[in-house]
Amino acid sequence: MGGQVERWQYLNPGKTLAETLDISHQTLLYVEGVTVSFDGFRALNDLSFYVDVGELRCVIGPNGAGKTTMMDVVTGKTKPDRGFVFFGQSINLLELDEPRIAQAGIGRKFQKPTVFEQHRVIENLELAMAGDKRVWPTLFARLSGEERDRIDEVLTIIGLNEHAGRPAGALSHGQKQWLEIGMLLMQDPLLLLVDEPVAGMTHQEMERTAQLLLSLEGKHSVVVVEHDMDFVRSIAKRVTVLNQGAVLAEGSMDEVQHDPRVVEVYLGE
Amino acid sequence: MRIVKALRGDTGGQVMLAVLLAVGILVPILSLAVPAASPWHVSTYTVTLLGKYLTYALLAVAVDLVWGYLGILSLGHGAFFALGGYAMGMYLMRQVGDRGVYGNPTLPDFMVFLNWPELPWFWHGFDRFWFAALMAILVPGVLAYCFGYLAFRSRVTGVYLSIITQALTYALMLAFFRNEMGFGGNNGLTDFKDILGVSLQADGTRAGLFIASALALALGYLASRYIVSSRLGRVAVAIRDAESRTRFIGYRVERAKAAIFTFSAMLAGVAGALYVPQVGIINPGEFSPLNSIELVIWVAVGGRATLYGAVAGALLVNYGKTVFTGIFPDAWLFALGGLFVLVTLFLPRGIAGLMTLRRAG
Ligand SMILES: Nc1ncnc2c1ncn2[C@@H]1O[C@H](COP(=O)(O)OP(=O)(O)OP(=O)(O)O)[C@@H](O)[C@H]1O
Ligand SMILES: [Mg+2]
Repeated sequence: MGGQVERWQYLNPGKTLAETLDISHQTLLYVEGVTVSFDGFRALNDLSFYVDVGELRCVIGPNGAGKTTMMDVVTGKTKPDRGFVFFGQSINLLELDEPRIAQAGIGRKFQKPTVFEQHRVIENLELAMAGDKRVWPTLFARLSGEERDRIDEVLTIIGLNEHAGRPAGALSHGQKQWLEIGMLLMQDPLLLLVDEPVAGMTHQEMERTAQLLLSLEGKHSVVVVEHDMDFVRSIAKRVTVLNQGAVLAEGSMDEVQHDPRVVEVYLGE
Repeated sequence: MRIVKALRGDTGGQVMLAVLLAVGILVPILSLAVPAASPWHVSTYTVTLLGKYLTYALLAVAVDLVWGYLGILSLGHGAFFALGGYAMGMYLMRQVGDRGVYGNPTLPDFMVFLNWPELPWFWHGFDRFWFAALMAILVPGVLAYCFGYLAFRSRVTGVYLSIITQALTYALMLAFFRNEMGFGGNNGLTDFKDILGVSLQADGTRAGLFIASALALALGYLASRYIVSSRLGRVAVAIRDAESRTRFIGYRVERAKAAIFTFSAMLAGVAGALYVPQVGIINPGEFSPLNSIELVIWVAVGGRATLYGAVAGALLVNYGKTVFTGIFPDAWLFALGGLFVLVTLFLPRGIAGLMTLRRAG
């Protein structure tokens, strides 16, 4: 029954999606020629965008540039009108639905923090934890010692140790952001899509977030969308600027900042 | 023993099960062993009435499981209850044998009346108790699975889902009203004589059915409690509160929903199968959309997402109904509507919410 067996997978019987991932070309995510329209309005306009294995990429752009929509397409929330989206060379993300994309190894933090408010903090982490998420195994699942340790570890990383037993709904906005990042860590995905992680955070919290994201680099590929320029400068190696649903510029923070087209877009706002 | 662990922290459930155990032992003794003249005697009428309430309580647990924990407001759970009831009713019809009005050894009276030459294929096997018991669980389960799979895969939620569950039970009611369906038309199945070879009218049989109902409620409660305290139960609440988020962390939401919905329908089927021999009749009226709405009100009165609240709500509202319809036979629906409005306005968490408030204050 194993929910991960896909049509295109007939060549690899019995393998999970994550096991069929092919990253021999060092590119983890391919977004090519993607167009998304809402009632005629093009939120993404022939967008092409690539993420390498292990890289930390920042995406900036004015409001409405299509940053969140791009993440929606990659995670299966929105189906594009045109274009294709591949995870490695072999996994066609447009053929998969949200849970399968998550199982393939893509995790997401939403712009508006969404945690399970009625559940305690540790339960949120438990639910997000990588593992067999089919119905029967979930019914009989018990936390192993290792899993407990992993949850404790993540609790320490996100600084919510004292809050472990509280309902997530009782956390502050910033703490919810952290919890959501913690849930991402529990999922242990190959690709993390992080939408505006520092909104509502204090300067100290921002610094810790920056450290955390930097520590992920190498093991995971991370795409961070953020408006806060100081924050972007503190973590960015490569920056992609989106505008009106397409890539306007790409390069180091310095290059991008001095690109006249970028300056125009940001000043013209 | 993980079942027992599932009761940890569930004070309401512990109290409920303790009371159920006491009542399950005391009532049969007071009915069978205490002479009728004694003030302690419990009449067979009361035993049967209580047994009926217990089957309603099990039905309410089934509804709370999907409504309280999964966020699916099913307005069609009466259908699963009625299907379980029909399966049992068919067995009881076959038990009548040649003692019917027409004296036909295999055909139930209504088939003789309709000039049917032989038993329709789907009536075969129902002369065996185990087969009927299995069908009382399987038929609601398979229907719920097919219905749930289609609805949840198409991501039908909220009001739309509630409406199609109503449509489901309504369609079944219309179908079962038709004589050609082979379930006795609008008269349904009745005039039962025996169950498992013993007379349904005997005091001992009534006590036995009461005990079986109490047992079914206890086991159904424990199983439901086990589910809601498992990780699957936490996934259910996650789906209820943030469905799409649950998908993004890798859970196949439609499968979890279909599984729990199916289990709930099976519980409802068991309740229906125990209900029919106690009330002595099953007819298409049990599919009435109103019935399904009524049982949602039991759960609302008891308090959603507690399970024991559903039991309390079902018992209380039905006791109220028995008393009330004795005094004002025609006004019950108004009373029920009024009760629902009052509970929604002043007791959003039902009786169970009232008790937790007490404890906290
Ligand atoms: N479901 C939708 N229906 C209609 N229009 C939409 C929908 N989702 C997004 N849009 C539009 O698409 C455009 C791009 O939206 P998107 O959310 O991707 O922008 P963004 O770059 O994330 O902006 P922000 O920085 O404000 O978060 C916006 O103009 C938005 O109004
Ligand atoms: Mg956005």
